[in-house]
Amino acid sequence: MLNHWIKGIVGAVGLASVTLPLTATAELSDNKVKIGVLSDMSGVYKSLEGPGAVIAAEMAIEDFGGKVLDQPIEIISADHQNKPDIGASTAREWIDAEEVDMITALDNSSVALSVQGLAADKKIITMNTGAGTTALTEEQCSPYGIHYVYDTHALPVGTATAMVKNGGKKWYFITADYAFGHSLRDNTGAVVKSLDGEVVGNVNAPLGTNDFSSYLLQAQSSGADVIGLANAGQDTVNAIKQANQFRIVQSGQKLAGMLVFLTDVHSMGLDIAQGLQFTTAFVWNRDDEALAWSNRFNERHGAMPTMVQAGVYSAVTSYLEAVKAVGSDNSDAVRKKLGEMELNDFFVKGGKIAANGSMLHDMYLVEVKKPEESESEWDLLRVVSTIPAETAFIPMDKTACPLVNKS
Amino acid sequence: MSIQVILAQALLGLNVGVFYAMLSLGLAVIFGLLNIINFAHGAMYMLGAFIALIGYSFMDQWFGISIQIGFWPSLIIVPLLVGGLGILIERTMLKRLYDLDHIYGLLLTFGITLILQGLFSNYFNVSGTPYPGQPDALSGVVNLGFMYFPTYRLFAIVFSLVVCFATWYVIEHTKLGSRLRAGVENPQLTQTFGLNVPLMVTLTFGFGAALAGLAGVLAAPIYSVSPLMGADLIIVVFAVVVIGGMGSIMGAILSGLALGLIEGLTKVFYPPAASTVIFFLMVLVLLFRPAGLFGKEK
Amino acid sequence: MMNRILFVLMLIAGLTAPFYAYPVFVMDLLCFALFACAFNLLLGYVGLLSFGHAAFFGGAAYISGYAIKAWGFSPIFGILTGTGFTLILGFCFGYLAIRRQGIYFAMVTLALAQIVYFMALQMPFTGGENGLQGIPRGTLFGFIDLNNSLNMYYFVFAIFLIGFGIIYRTIHSPFGEVLQAIRENESRALSLGYDVDRFKLLAFVISATLAGLAGATKAVIFQFAALTNAHWQTSGEVILMTLVGGLGTVFGPVVGAITVGALSHELSAFGSWVQVILGTIFVICVMTFRRGIIGELGRVLNKK
Repeated sequence: MLNHWIKGIVGAVGLASVTLPLTATAELSDNKVKIGVLSDMSGVYKSLEGPGAVIAAEMAIEDFGGKVLDQPIEIISADHQNKPDIGASTAREWIDAEEVDMITALDNSSVALSVQGLAADKKIITMNTGAGTTALTEEQCSPYGIHYVYDTHALPVGTATAMVKNGGKKWYFITADYAFGHSLRDNTGAVVKSLDGEVVGNVNAPLGTNDFSSYLLQAQSSGADVIGLANAGQDTVNAIKQANQFRIVQSGQKLAGMLVFLTDVHSMGLDIAQGLQFTTAFVWNRDDEALAWSNRFNERHGAMPTMVQAGVYSAVTSYLEAVKAVGSDNSDAVRKKLGEMELNDFFVKGGKIAANGSMLHDMYLVEVKKPEESESEWDLLRVVSTIPAETAFIPMDKTACPLVNKS
Repeated sequence: MSIQVILAQALLGLNVGVFYAMLSLGLAVIFGLLNIINFAHGAMYMLGAFIALIGYSFMDQWFGISIQIGFWPSLIIVPLLVGGLGILIERTMLKRLYDLDHIYGLLLTFGITLILQGLFSNYFNVSGTPYPGQPDALSGVVNLGFMYFPTYRLFAIVFSLVVCFATWYVIEHTKLGSRLRAGVENPQLTQTFGLNVPLMVTLTFGFGAALAGLAGVLAAPIYSVSPLMGADLIIVVFAVVVIGGMGSIMGAILSGLALGLIEGLTKVFYPPAASTVIFFLMVLVLLFRPAGLFGKEK
Repeated sequence: MMNRILFVLMLIAGLTAPFYAYPVFVMDLLCFALFACAFNLLLGYVGLLSFGHAAFFGGAAYISGYAIKAWGFSPIFGILTGTGFTLILGFCFGYLAIRRQGIYFAMVTLALAQIVYFMALQMPFTGGENGLQGIPRGTLFGFIDLNNSLNMYYFVFAIFLIGFGIIYRTIHSPFGEVLQAIRENESRALSLGYDVDRFKLLAFVISATLAGLAGATKAVIFQFAALTNAHWQTSGEVILMTLVGGLGTVFGPVVGAITVGALSHELSAFGSWVQVILGTIFVICVMTFRRGIIGELGRVLNKK
């Protein structure tokens, strides 16, 4: 409470001073740039984004020199607990009372949709690295919302295509029961059907399910060739481990993890995960540049970066560069600049942010190595093929986003 | 719907049911003697799982003792520790509330639940940490004809049933049990016969807590160990208790098992209702038999 | 006398709050204060511990949110719709729950609330885990724009005062006196010829309805109806607020809601330690501080 009193007084004084003509250096609305990292710090997605995302954002700010346009860059972070209402009210307070200029991470589609909607009303840029649903750039797209790392359209393009071509025609889905899971299931189903495959059933499991056994048995009795896991993080890990306990794979069905992160593979272990194919935006040891950054990250975080953690670094850096280029933190100007830039760093090559907010870049189909192929603790993935940006993301002439001029 | 699927889901339901039974049994024993509903019962269950996990994985890291307490020793050590904590809580706090409305006992144990839950949420992921200590002897799979069933889960079912029925036997058919029941029926009279009722109360509370702790150890290898594992379960167990009624030990055991089965079968026939079916049954029971299926009107 | 002073203080603090504090936060506190007052009517004045009040708080949020968003109801009409829904829900809950007493009553309400929680999770119109997002704040009487946070604030404060007034009147009416007689000695009230169950049921319905009013208002403030509001932890929180402020006192729940709300907000950076602290406060209140802040204050003042 006391804090609020103080803030009120400071605010009142600040209000009085605004009326006086100040120096011309104040291109930034509040003499600083403040970046908010809103992530899951305690739950299912903690290890894949969470505290690691804060470290990635801090590294980006440090590497940028800690200042932009001679004004300090600040960071604020919070736990959204995978609850969209908590995410939205935190974001609301950040924007109203903390003068946050950009919000990133947002690793839960429900949270991401609510925050992006709120931020759009308040003209604040969101650079979403964690959430998957395509609704962010389709039906609910926003002039201030950027979807940076991956979406549920990009994921099945590589993975599901590969599985169907290897004979997995009949699919059964175990779906995380919220925006992300539904979106991933529907998009995967569309890919399967487009290749003459068939979706024979679906069961929704709550986010954070510990015991997948009854869902797995339903999937098993469906007679499907492939059990598609339209979930993420610890849910995927639990489902795959328990499928192993109930001998699902040994009985002849295949598992398809539609969204798998490096940390998930690490926690499952290669014995269980080997041979699993999935789609990712980033492989930490793919080239020297990525390797160098990832090693720095590993030193601070104690784990190699997932694609979304690396994405936070890249997104924050891109944002700061845009602010610097336009000489202001005005959201409209910065967003326009971001749309004109070509993004090139260790994370992305030749990336473009489209009018619907989708960052278009190449994705990779990877396979989990066999235990004997792995050379170190985190050497877990082998790149099978590159999925070019054009096929990975929804093309601009097909998008449902009303912001895109299709003429 | 094939018979295999029904059998498989029924077995999984039974798997859940034994945990309901163990927890509602502990609640019933405590309630019988103290007239207190222990909200912290779920937290005791969670605590049991965490002590087993810490004993197995974190002794060195946290306490600098390079020792690993395996699953089998945990089955004995953990209930003792959790039971000990139960006794501590009863002696230092609950005891002072006996003269007040029983609601205060519920509120106190709710506060204790929050503390324990918050404490573990600080150090562990709320979505669960796997317990790696499942004994090798139980790590295989049994082919039951209609399904492959993990050996460990079968063991957990059998072991819990043995514990439940042993408890029932002790309370209903031994001298110790008859004293206990006398204490329940009429504490003053029992006291005048020279039995130490307060001591009995304390030990009973400890025993109930130990039972929850034991269930926690058994659950650890099946479900990930999570700070919220008890909270989610205890509310269902409350409904189980309302359905069964507080009249008998056997009632608590049987209604726990039956409701686990019913929940499992609901997953086959109408999955969306699986999480609510027990609560709906509770409404029915309240309408037609307010004292519960096995309960006596007071 | 003390009540009158407290009321004036509350009025002044309430009217000026948005000028020195973050209005959305104060609105949130007001909703919880009303929620706690409604809850207190039941626990403090009838002696019934409901562990399922989140069902009304959260349920009303969904219904009014949906009415405003999908059917285009005005904010006032939408809030009334949600409140009306909890009136019916409260009747159903009450009808079942008052069949049992004491701790059983608590367990039954908890289990019933859990049904509402799972329905909110699974029914299509609620949006499940996503929640019901983007509820428009709309305009009041067609011309006051509620997107303006000051307008919204005074609208919420007015609702709070109305709810508070209803509770105050209820407590200080003959009906309220019968309720307190039931709390003191149920069998005596029964032998005096009062239909105890009927009184209890009516008190339950009033309490549920006003809890619904608080929840419905919260949905309009945050433009959001979410599972958190219907979760049992919210039921626990409102008990804590009432207990900290003072059971069976008029202003206790308000003070309790502000104390607990401000505490969890200021400590939110400490993550789960907040829960540990709240739990500890809970234990302390139950063990040694059963009158709560206002109760103890009243005792000290009366001594003088």
